[in-house]
Formats: sequence, structure tokens, C-alpha cells
Amino acid sequence: MTGVLPIALEEATKAVQALLHSGKEYMCVMGLHAETPEDRIETVLEEFRGTIYQRPPVRASVSRRLRTRRIYHLDLLETDGRNILFRVGCEAGTYIRKLCYDLGEALGCGAHMRELRRTRAGPFVENDELTTLHEVSHLHGLWEENQDESVLRKFILPMEKALELLPKVYIRDSAVDAICHGAHLAAPGVLSLETEIKPNDVVAVFTQKGEAVALAKALASAEQILRMEHGFVARSQRVLMPRGVYPKAWRGNV
Amino acid sequence: MQTEKAPWEIQRKLVVKAEEETNQRYGHRPEERPIREHVKFGVINLDKPAGPSSHEVTAWIKRIMKIGRAGHGGTLEA
Repeated sequence: MTGVLPIALEEATKAVQALLHSGKEYMCVMGLHAETPEDRIETVLEEFRGTIYQRPPVRASVSRRLRTRRIYHLDLLETDGRNILFRVGCEAGTYIRKLCYDLGEALGCGAHMRELRRTRAGPFVENDELTTLHEVSHLHGLWEENQDESVLRKFILPMEKALELLPKVYIRDSAVDAICHGAHLAAPGVLSLETEIKPNDVVAVFTQKGEAVALAKALASAEQILRMEHGFVARSQRVLMPRGVYPKAWRGNV
Repeated sequence: MQTEKAPWEIQRKLVVKAEEETNQRYGHRPEERPIREHVKFGVINLDKPAGPSSHEVTAWIKRIMKIGRAGHGGTLEA
């Protein structure tokens, strides 16, 4: 299997959990076990759009409980005899191999996954930022040789990129260090936030400069948080910023 | 069939509750991090080749970059 695999370096590994639950997109070649007319394939694909059931395979390291997964989109691109090329956008933890098997069962003839390429993992897509192992090796070698920083910045992205799809909450400088020590976010610390936040949603807490402070769980909706004068609005789940980058806010001081 | 929006299709609006200027003495905008920090808090959008596992590829990155820790965002396995 090939494709988009975000790799977090050193401290950024703390942010990687934001990706494990992020949606994915794939291009897949599926081999049908019998020639099937396109309109029949289309009819069956339609049944798999929306919510499907899946039981993880034996080799997966998760509980094998039957669970639902969202299929955001599922599009037939090309057929070539028994080979089907399709694009799929799905919830994290969707097994495309199993999807192919189940599509085959629904078609009646059976099918298996032949090739898979991931084209999206959360906010990471196939664009100029996508770098091969060869390029990483080459560019890193170049940097070691001439110490030109811009070479490293070409393929190493800021950790904040991994948080792009999470709803954002921006906080005062004075609220930052407390959160870095694990404190929860209180209402007065909030400067702005994105709409569509519901209680229990995972949110990304940022400084005014756009630096990631922590991943947190919202305790109220965006509308409520905007109205609250005191009380906690989010519970810190994963601190991303080291302590001491921003000063402690002493009482009566900023 | 009603299809729920994919996470990357959700449009969000930023609503301001209060305004305050940030102190330039502390922290850096992510694009302006000094290089050492940039790497320490960096992410690579890697195009994984066929063959090695995601775990093996991550180990190779650690070796190439000479860093002690790296993690991948979701296994891409056979």
C-alpha cells in the first residue's frame, strides 16, 4: 500500500493522535470475480454510501466488535474488464480490503482489493508537500552539506498542519502557560473560536500567534462558550507546547 | 441517501469573543520557528512506498534525520 503517511518528528508525535481519528481518502483497484455491467456496479456502490457495518480483520490490533463506519463518498472512476478503479472517502478505521470483499458479496460474484493508494489522511493530501523517502534522504543530505535551512523547511511542515481539520480555540497569552501545565481552559482565557463546536468535541487550542498549545475536549458548545464569563470551557487532553514558552500569569499581572 | 459531510468539507467561521494583542517576546509563529525547533515540532507528509510497513518507514526516517523519536499518523498496511 502506498500514499499519504504523515510522520511526526520528536515533540510533534504528541499531535499524531489527532490524525488517528481523522478521515481518509483512497484510490483503489478492486478485482471482481466475474464481469459485471457498470450499471449493476453503480447500484451496489450506492448501497455502500453513508453508513456501513464492519468487523475489523483478525490481524488488526483492535477489538473485533461489529461497528459502523461512515463512507463520505464512493465513486466509480473506471472499469477495465473485471478491474474496477474507485475513489473512496471514509471515516478513520475503515478497512478498504473488507469494503472490497463486501462489495463483492453484494454483487454476488465476489471481489478482492488489488491495489490501494491513500490520497488523504486528515489534512494531508497529495500536493507539493508530499515527499518521497528518496527526497527526504536527498534533501537531508543537502542540508548536512550546506546548512541551508530552507531545504529542511521544504519538506518538514509545522506540527500545526496536523491540527488543521479540528475546530480551533484561540486564547490569551496569559492563559497559555497554565494549560501547558495541564490546567483546563477557563472562559476568560478565550479570545475567539470556530463555530460548530459541540460539547465533547475535540478542539485544538492555539495562541494568538497560531502556535498549538493543546488538544482539548469542549465542555460546552461554541455558542455557550461565547456567552460564558467564568467556568471551564474545555478539558485539556494532550499538552503540545512545552512549559515556559509563555510566562506564568501571576494574579493581577499579564 | 443523506450523506454527512467529510471532515475536510466542513466550513467553520471564526467568532471573536474578545481582542488582545500577543506579546512578541514570547513564542513564534509556526512559520518563523528557529530551525532546530521547527524540526523538533515538525511533520513530514510522506509518500509511502510499496513494500515496507509504516513502522519500518518511520524507523528509516528516524535514521535519515538522526532523530530519536517519530510517529506515523495511521498505519498504511497491506
